[in-house]
Amino acid sequence: MASTSGTPGTTGPAALPRASVRLRRRLLGGVTALSALALTACGGGAFGTGDGRTTITYWLWDANQQPAYQQCAEDFENSQSEYRIDVQQHGWEDYWTQLALGFVSDSAPDVFTNHLSKYPEYVTRDLLMPLDDLVERDHLPLDIYEEGLTELWTGEDGARYGLPKDWDAVGLFYNEDMLREAGLDPAQLQNLTWNPEDGGTYEDVIARLTVDENGVRGDEPGFDKHHVRTYGLWMQGAGGDGFGQAQWSMYAVSNGFQYTDTNPWGTHFNFDQPAFQETMTWWQHLIEEGYSPAFAVQDGQQSADQMAAGNAAMAMDGSWMTGTFTGIEGIRVGIAPTPIGPSGERASMSNSLADSIFAGTDHPEGAWEWVKYLASPACQRVVGEYHVVFPAITEAWHVAQQKFAEEGIDVSPFTDQVEQGTTFRFPITEHAGEISALLIPAFEAVMSGAPVDSLDEVNEEINGLFEED
Amino acid sequence: MATITGGAAAATPVPRPAAHPPSNRRRRETRAALVFLAPAALGFLVFFAWPTLRGLYLSLTDYDLLTAPEFSGLDNYRTLIHDDVFWNSLWVTLEYVVINIGVQTVVALALAVLMHRLTQSTVIRGVLLLPYLISNVVVALVWYWMADFNLGLINQGMDWIGLDRIGFFGDENWAIPTIALVNVWRHMGYTALLIFAGLQAINRDVYEAAAVDGANERRIFFGITLPLLRPVLALVLIITVIGSWQIFDTVAVTTKGGPVDATRTVQVYIYDQAFTRFNFGYASAISVALFLILAFVAFAQLRLMRAGESDQS
Repeated sequence: MASTSGTPGTTGPAALPRASVRLRRRLLGGVTALSALALTACGGGAFGTGDGRTTITYWLWDANQQPAYQQCAEDFENSQSEYRIDVQQHGWEDYWTQLALGFVSDSAPDVFTNHLSKYPEYVTRDLLMPLDDLVERDHLPLDIYEEGLTELWTGEDGARYGLPKDWDAVGLFYNEDMLREAGLDPAQLQNLTWNPEDGGTYEDVIARLTVDENGVRGDEPGFDKHHVRTYGLWMQGAGGDGFGQAQWSMYAVSNGFQYTDTNPWGTHFNFDQPAFQETMTWWQHLIEEGYSPAFAVQDGQQSADQMAAGNAAMAMDGSWMTGTFTGIEGIRVGIAPTPIGPSGERASMSNSLADSIFAGTDHPEGAWEWVKYLASPACQRVVGEYHVVFPAITEAWHVAQQKFAEEGIDVSPFTDQVEQGTTFRFPITEHAGEISALLIPAFEAVMSGAPVDSLDEVNEEINGLFEED
Repeated sequence: MATITGGAAAATPVPRPAAHPPSNRRRRETRAALVFLAPAALGFLVFFAWPTLRGLYLSLTDYDLLTAPEFSGLDNYRTLIHDDVFWNSLWVTLEYVVINIGVQTVVALALAVLMHRLTQSTVIRGVLLLPYLISNVVVALVWYWMADFNLGLINQGMDWIGLDRIGFFGDENWAIPTIALVNVWRHMGYTALLIFAGLQAINRDVYEAAAVDGANERRIFFGITLPLLRPVLALVLIITVIGSWQIFDTVAVTTKGGPVDATRTVQVYIYDQAFTRFNFGYASAISVALFLILAFVAFAQLRLMRAGESDQS
């Protein structure tokens, strides 16, 4: 039944208003109760759900996205009568540990949200189910996704290990009132330039927005950098598992830096190159000048909370934080794109998540049906409607963009990066866990004032990991 | 099962138990003892002995949890000796233990003596124990928020009286003392109660004799209380020091080992290696090292403090 591709048929339930979905579900409940009897009579499908449906467990980490996927699960259950979806959310901090323990004890979810930094290590241990045969069998269209996303989930062995669910980009969130107080116009922020020598117009704006406890601005004489009330640019942790997604990657890459020799599957990192270290020197200089908080100062509450408290005028963060920033009460928050660097272009990391199937699942067919539904326009349009993240299917992220626009939020600083091709990919390599463990303390040290060339040593250690192979 | 037969045999000679040969009786006692020890022994074997042996074995392997362990001899230990992060973690943990135990013992002793000399109120004892009843994680998070650089109550207060703000959890020099003091706050009441119990065991006559001889409070404390309290203090110190060496939860919910490696204690490092980097073999080797260190510390304390003997006759 699945061979004719369930996607067009399943668009129906998503388009229905919620109330009628519930009604339909109740009607379906009666039908499935009957089929349950039939199933148990045959001695199959007895997985304790009462209605004879097989339960497929699904994990994700972002609580903000749970309602959207819960809706997808409900629609999926209404579209067929064989499977029930159990959506479980586990916070990012514990997600990967719990998943690993699940793999060991054979209790891992059938389907889970996967991350580019994690999946190579699972592939080498045969923990993920290759999807190629299924994609071919069901004639799944792969050209509906935003360009390049499906390739990210093709392993080093050439097999496909996930279907893309969303993408993200990085941008500059700013407090509009503070901007006006400083005599700046939001339009100015749309075309800032940056370079590692003097920081360009980008640093001018950051300095202008920094205010000390006496009300003196960062670009005025008498500025007291030791007693800053509002930082021009907030910095959050060494961040991004050490890959600087929302911390420094946009500057470094616009300065010509590339993480690895090739991407994906690079085997040599470039943290010892001038293009990178110049950037880090400038980054550190922001802290020294008092324009950005030092590591000890930023530790604790998230950047959105710091903006809400008036401690930060601007913060670089990911598109998935749009709802959090623009939802801050009492202040107006706008979004600007990352600055244009020496390369003459902007740069933004664009990461993409996908849904993968655990190789040890007891219900490979059910898991596949669910993954296929998650990757279908029906579900991704629902995710778009909830507009927390940008879905992977082009027409579905247009829905999200429009939803944001209806609330008066212009997300073009993120979407332009994709449409103008100024995004770059997260470095997909082996040993990502080890690399993060080495990078995080190293960047924390740099944020706390350690010399930038201390990164040479870490880079050597990381490259050593690949030589052992 | 052995008890039933033993019990049946014992039923007949009830009238003249003394006539029984002593060896027979001893055998019965041994059996009874074994039966009573069995549950505890089972627990010991399943939850302590077996995991310890398995840990020892794993420390000699290359094991990533997801594929079968591969024997690698002493490789892990060789790596360990050259691992700066491990040595740093030992140093960090030692710093934590010294601050935590030092402050905690002095404060707890002072509280216990005050309770002993001044009040019999159970309400006050209850209040002292209160922090200990709150979950470690909750305590850690509450202090983490209160000590936040920008939004925390403590820094707001310091600002208000004109002091500079401090990044309690975010500054490399402050992080360990802060975490150590948070745990002092949580454990001091409990430790004080343990010491208080020891104080109550000291014979009152000794104090009366001291009072008759005209000794002041200071002399009484150093001449009587402290020496007579030694065995109890020794026990309390051994328990608290071993617990202190295993600091993990407070770090896990606040600094997670950072800034840099400033709070990467041994236990945190073991967890990092095992559960975020999947080096289970290597993590086991660090655990074995920690086990040896703790065994040595406990042994040294027992000997140095002569915990087995009392000065009280």
